Amino acid sequence: MSPRQDRHMPHDHSDHEHAHALLPSDPALRVKALETILTRKGLVDPAALDEVIDTYENRVGPKNGADVVARAWSDEGFRAALAVDATEVMRELGYYGRQGEHIVCTECTPSVHHMVVCTLCSCYPWSLLGIPPGWYKSDAYRSRAVREPRKVLAEFGVALPPETSVRVWDSTAEIRYLVIPLRPAGTEGMSVEELAKLVTRDSMIGTGLARVPE
Amino acid sequence: MPDIPEPAFAEPWHAQLFALTVHLNESGRFAWPDWAERFGATLAAHGLARDLDGGNDYFMAWLETLEKLLAEQGSALPEEAGSVRAAWERAYLSTPHGEPVRLSESDEQAI
Repeated sequence: MSPRQDRHMPHDHSDHEHAHALLPSDPALRVKALETILTRKGLVDPAALDEVIDTYENRVGPKNGADVVARAWSDEGFRAALAVDATEVMRELGYYGRQGEHIVCTECTPSVHHMVVCTLCSCYPWSLLGIPPGWYKSDAYRSRAVREPRKVLAEFGVALPPETSVRVWDSTAEIRYLVIPLRPAGTEGMSVEELAKLVTRDSMIGTGLARVPE
Repeated sequence: MPDIPEPAFAEPWHAQLFALTVHLNESGRFAWPDWAERFGATLAAHGLARDLDGGNDYFMAWLETLEKLLAEQGSALPEEAGSVRAAWERAYLSTPHGEPVRLSESDEQAI
């Protein structure tokens, strides 16, 4: 097998004092080692790795989830279909998760606000929201979201009326949740595309609200 | 939504590790629920000592989980992983800055 060229060459043009290539960090070298071993054994196809990275860096992100939310706001039939079998709807839209998980959409109402956590690790609807932000993976969020959701929400700048209760959903490897936030006032007559721009990533995790149009 | 999203991965090795794991799962080397359970256990063990911030420490726990899993499955044993890691380190240290880094021929044959 021919040696493979490193794909992550450091480009440190401001510093020409390095006689040799910049040595990657210890974990970076360990990852390279695993990749080399598995590639040589035919267990991994480097092109498939590039494809996965490209998907999550460039093609999949919260805009998929925002599209789902905007459609749910605009179309009663779509909303009903989500309630019956959201996983099937995602499959039809091409937003189906690669890990074969089920998608459940939880819809906020004036009386119930939904928020999502993964207390085990960081299960997240990648196909709808991309890669989770750091805080979603932190111990602080994972332990406090269940224990003191209102306090956590306040730290995110979300103040709910006292009559609104908070329901926290714990994701698993099998079930991932997408929060459908409340549709903001003043959005009557807006198109799905316009509505989607109001749907933030955090509003689909439940740690934010949809934006009010300017 | 901001026009410029946050980068999905803070470090290239986070992306590489994520892709490696997803690819191994998709090619049937392990089931995702099994992965999540193992990863959750590593996170819990790490989190006992200090609060994890969900950044680099999160992917360090991820790497440890994958290394253990691959060692158990026999597809990448610790000694193998160690010697290939060392070979890459030698390659970086002996490649002039700005040139593509490759494993040396002797390392290519030895590993």
